[in-house]
Amino acid sequence: MFNLERWQEIFETIRKNKLRTFLTSLSVASGIFILVILLGVSTGIETGVRTEFEQDATNRIQVSVRSTTKEYKGLNPGRRLQLRNSDYENLNAKYEDQIEYKTPLYNIWSGQVNYKNQQGNYRIEGASPDQQWIENATMTDGRYLNQSDIENSRKVAVIGYQMKEDLFKDEDPIGKTIILNNTVNFTVVGVYTDPGGTREETRLFMPITTAQKVFNAGENLNRIAYTIKMADTFDETVALSAAMREAIEQDLRTRFQVASDDRVAIGVYDTLEEAEKVFGLIATIRSVFWFIGIGTIIAGVVGVGNIMLIVVKERTKEIGIRKALGALPSEIIWMVLHESIFITSIAGLIGLFLGVGLLELVSPMVETDFIKFPKVDFNTAMSTVIILVVAGALAGFFPARRAANIKPIEALRDE
Amino acid sequence: MIEIKNLHKSYKTGNNSLHVLKGIDFSVKEGELVSIMGSSGSGKSTLLNILGMLDEADEGSYVLDNVPIKNLNEKIAAKYRNKFLGFIFQSFNLISYKSAVDNVSLPLYYQGVSRKERDEKSLYYLEKVGLADWADHLPNQLSGGQKQRVAIARALASDPKVLLADEPTGALDTKTSYEVMDLIQGINDEGRTILVVTHEPDIAEMTKRIVNLKDGRIVDDTLVNQIKATAHV
Repeated sequence: MFNLERWQEIFETIRKNKLRTFLTSLSVASGIFILVILLGVSTGIETGVRTEFEQDATNRIQVSVRSTTKEYKGLNPGRRLQLRNSDYENLNAKYEDQIEYKTPLYNIWSGQVNYKNQQGNYRIEGASPDQQWIENATMTDGRYLNQSDIENSRKVAVIGYQMKEDLFKDEDPIGKTIILNNTVNFTVVGVYTDPGGTREETRLFMPITTAQKVFNAGENLNRIAYTIKMADTFDETVALSAAMREAIEQDLRTRFQVASDDRVAIGVYDTLEEAEKVFGLIATIRSVFWFIGIGTIIAGVVGVGNIMLIVVKERTKEIGIRKALGALPSEIIWMVLHESIFITSIAGLIGLFLGVGLLELVSPMVETDFIKFPKVDFNTAMSTVIILVVAGALAGFFPARRAANIKPIEALRDE
Repeated sequence: MIEIKNLHKSYKTGNNSLHVLKGIDFSVKEGELVSIMGSSGSGKSTLLNILGMLDEADEGSYVLDNVPIKNLNEKIAAKYRNKFLGFIFQSFNLISYKSAVDNVSLPLYYQGVSRKERDEKSLYYLEKVGLADWADHLPNQLSGGQKQRVAIARALASDPKVLLADEPTGALDTKTSYEVMDLIQGINDEGRTILVVTHEPDIAEMTKRIVNLKDGRIVDDTLVNQIKATAHV
């Protein structure tokens, strides 16, 4: 590898055949370039979709009920169903082993919130401390709800970052009093950010017990949300999650006496199953992209192989002379392999850098929901480099073997 | 130095077998300057190729410097060629993109000699053939005679036991031929064993022994009074 003489020889042959080397390199470089772009885009898609899902925990199950749409056991369709605290407790008890985080939820879609002379309308949500983990919320200031808030029905509020910006500007919101619907005073105890962005950060969370009192909801709940414990593998978790979803559906059907084919009345939504479908799709896209990319590289490599065959043919006599002077077959093989690996590697690296460069350049401009930050990571770049060296070796192998098999006597006769 | 006994070689072309060497017995002592003559098809090139380990005999034995040459694979042949033999060809066979000095140092490169030593030795041999000033020239910047002298320097560089010259003057005019033969005689006078294949009688006269080949057999093997090439120059 560090044989100076051989390097000099490679440069000499390349210098002698600039156009030929350039064209060969071009095919390899464009192959790698295309592969890098495709992989970058597929990473972009993956990041984009993942971000969409990361707004909430991916292993989330959400339960809600609406009105029945089907007649069942003499009960009329259109009957309104209502989740209560007892439903939440029953489900908790029954699925204790599978549940990671849990929260009951009671919300009103819009409530007026005032701080001094600032005012805005926000979604108001009653929840338990676990909601922080289910929503993937991070505290930027203060604390989230805690158990004692719930037990004492404290009038405390955790607000989203956007809401804090609206109402408090640069002021520190912690400990300040805000007024809800011009009637009830709340103390702000924390500010959170949510990967879901502005839409999710314009919400106010208060203890579920407080919410039920303030809005006269009694024991009523709008929704129940869970995350389930992750099993050893993603697939296992998906299976567990699906099983639990179906079991809860069944429980609630019995509890509310709903027809088994009434798809509307009881909604148990399982993020993981959706996630799995989409991630499966992404994996397919990714493998298709790899396939196309590798195909392109193969075309380039065949080109290099062809060129090397011509090179060997052209240098038959020279190889014969070298052998007559005592070159070992292995030295001839290395001479050809070295050149081929060198050309593919250099060309490939150029393609790699161009591809990465283009992605870096374009990446900040691409901002659709489903493609985010297209880029190639270090590992992908490394694997393409390895592919290149292997490809170069493959491209050089057959020509090199042919060169090694040249009989000096025949080569020298070839005038 | 060279001991050959009952050497046979035939080439197969399709269904026909061409018997080229039909039992050659031949020996060369150290320090001899031998010319092998014969018309084309007499088998003289085949004999030289076998001596040069570029080809292998079907039958018979070949001992070079007390080493029996048999069962050669590529690797061993390459080693022996490098160690024992220096080649001089009719068409010089210099590598076109390498300078004179790099051409001369090639056999040393394959011996694993360090770059510095290679350059020193190569320059020494180039000087010996009178081309020290041309060391950095490419072959196509040299005349035919100069090219052949570079080739001779290259053949000498690995300090071989035997020099094998295949029609060394075949591509040169008479004057240049004699200059090259003068060089070859000089090298021989220093004690090196040299075999020259030629079909030119005047060149053969300049060696010390003429072996005549006809139809794959040695028909004549005589010591001659060497004519010094300087007499003609």
